[in-house]
Amino acid sequence: MQSPSARFVAQDQGFRLLVSGAATLVLVVLACIIASLIYGSIPAFEAMGLNFLTTESWNPVTEKFGALAPVYGTVVTSIIAMLIGVPLSLGVAFFLTELCPAFLKRPIATAIELLAAIPSIIYGIWGLFEFAPFMQHYVEPFLRSTIGQVPVIGILFSGAPIGIGMLTAGIILGIMILPFISSIMRDVFETVPKGLKESAYAIGMTRYEVVRFVVLPYCSIGAVGAVMLGLGRALGETMAVTFVIGNAHRINPSLFAPATTISATLANEFTEAVGDVYTSSLLGLGLILMIISFATLIVARILMASGRSK
Amino acid sequence: MNNNIVSRRHFINAVFVGIALIMTGIALVWLFLILGSLVINGVSALNADMFLKSTPPPGSTGGLLNAIVGSLMMTGVGMLIATPIGLLAGAYLSEYGRGSKLSDMIRFVNDILLSAPSIMIGLFVYTVAVAPFRHFSGWAGSIALAIIAIPILVRTTENIMRLVPDTLREAAYALGAPKWMVTIKIVQKSVYEGLLTGVLLALARVSGETAPLLFTALNNQFLSFNMSDSLSSLPVVIFQFAMSPYADWRTLAWGGAFLITVSVLFLNIASRLLIPQKGQA
Repeated sequence: MQSPSARFVAQDQGFRLLVSGAATLVLVVLACIIASLIYGSIPAFEAMGLNFLTTESWNPVTEKFGALAPVYGTVVTSIIAMLIGVPLSLGVAFFLTELCPAFLKRPIATAIELLAAIPSIIYGIWGLFEFAPFMQHYVEPFLRSTIGQVPVIGILFSGAPIGIGMLTAGIILGIMILPFISSIMRDVFETVPKGLKESAYAIGMTRYEVVRFVVLPYCSIGAVGAVMLGLGRALGETMAVTFVIGNAHRINPSLFAPATTISATLANEFTEAVGDVYTSSLLGLGLILMIISFATLIVARILMASGRSK
Repeated sequence: MNNNIVSRRHFINAVFVGIALIMTGIALVWLFLILGSLVINGVSALNADMFLKSTPPPGSTGGLLNAIVGSLMMTGVGMLIATPIGLLAGAYLSEYGRGSKLSDMIRFVNDILLSAPSIMIGLFVYTVAVAPFRHFSGWAGSIALAIIAIPILVRTTENIMRLVPDTLREAAYALGAPKWMVTIKIVQKSVYEGLLTGVLLALARVSGETAPLLFTALNNQFLSFNMSDSLSSLPVVIFQFAMSPYADWRTLAWGGAFLITVSVLFLNIASRLLIPQKGQA
């Protein structure tokens, strides 16, 4: 008869295989994602070569595809999202760590986190039916008649205010990434030693000065990491953008203009794509998105890790 | 003179504090605007037909039954695939791979997958589980949802298992328990509620996912229980109906949006209530 300890050894080896198999699966999934997107986009690069990266035309009839317009839309909406989302997140993180009375901390933090819990399709439907009309009737006409009149940058706010376009998409993205950035920013702010902050207050610094001259310098690397993580989210966000961007494969200097992003193009066109080159071009867009967003996320994680180890 | 500098510093501080207050206010108001419009538009769209009939052709009445059933099936199967994998991989990181290079790498890759664009997961599953078989299927949708859930489960599982003090593990080893038993019956059992929180959070996340389902499960206008066929889901129906020009389709989309948000927020709040002291841990 087998002794219990021998049985335990066999079970232990089996279990070890099981858990390491499950953990390795994470690596395998990532490798397969990378491989499948590279493999899938080969026909597009064979047909168009590097023109795929540098042309704007997107023509399913002649099967000439260029990634420039979706890449442009992705970058511009993400920039708008960062301009809106970063100051908001900083404000929220500062409020929650330095200003908020203790009894309000939990409810407000939870409410902010619920913003992250709302599925992106909800931001989309709300953006389409509530926010886009608001932009069309109030915000965009106002911007056009004020900043739109300034030379040079006025071109960004020119054209017909239709509510559907890059500006609307960027603002919604900015709100969507706020909870992600602010929650990491808060964690980063909390790493500042209490004694350091208290000594700053003790020499008579105001709250603003403590944040500006003690907290931010102490955790600047981690804070940049948090911002990059938000950027990674904004670059790949799909549904909320698809609803309000207008799906137009054009590069237009005006932020009011309908445009498209990589993910919105995929959501709108992938199931309808006929022909190998069309499908492969869409997979090629997916590959570009993967490269941009993985690069951003990797930088973000490295910065956050080195910010934490301090 | 000196007084002047002090009052200027206090003025700057007041402006800064005011801005932070306004920023927080904007974020909170935004949340209530979204929830408010969901309640206003969603509640008026609710009726019994919504749960009893399938999605209608334009111009006739119908409900969301096929979408609700499809969503439940795919999230259910997706979570059944993801939960064991996530719990085991998390256990590896916390119990077996401590300090090893491999586990550092897995943790890093897991963090990348955690924030990877979900539409990319959809593309990947399309190329491996849809294109080779030449038809869309509920299985493909479930796999896509599972890939989204796994990183969340791995992360929460590892974090929670690490909170268990090593003395507990040592006590179990001292009694002669093998490692697998310590992992499952001591460590995981002692943080049972925390693990459940992770599962609920992952469930909340995948039940609202749309992008990965668009080209894996596609949509099905009829009620179907066949996982090998294309399958409807609430998020995809919301997307399709909201973008349509038909008023009654749009009403259904609002109703569906309300249902999803209520269930997602419910799952989120429920998972928070499970561990009230998480913030201090």
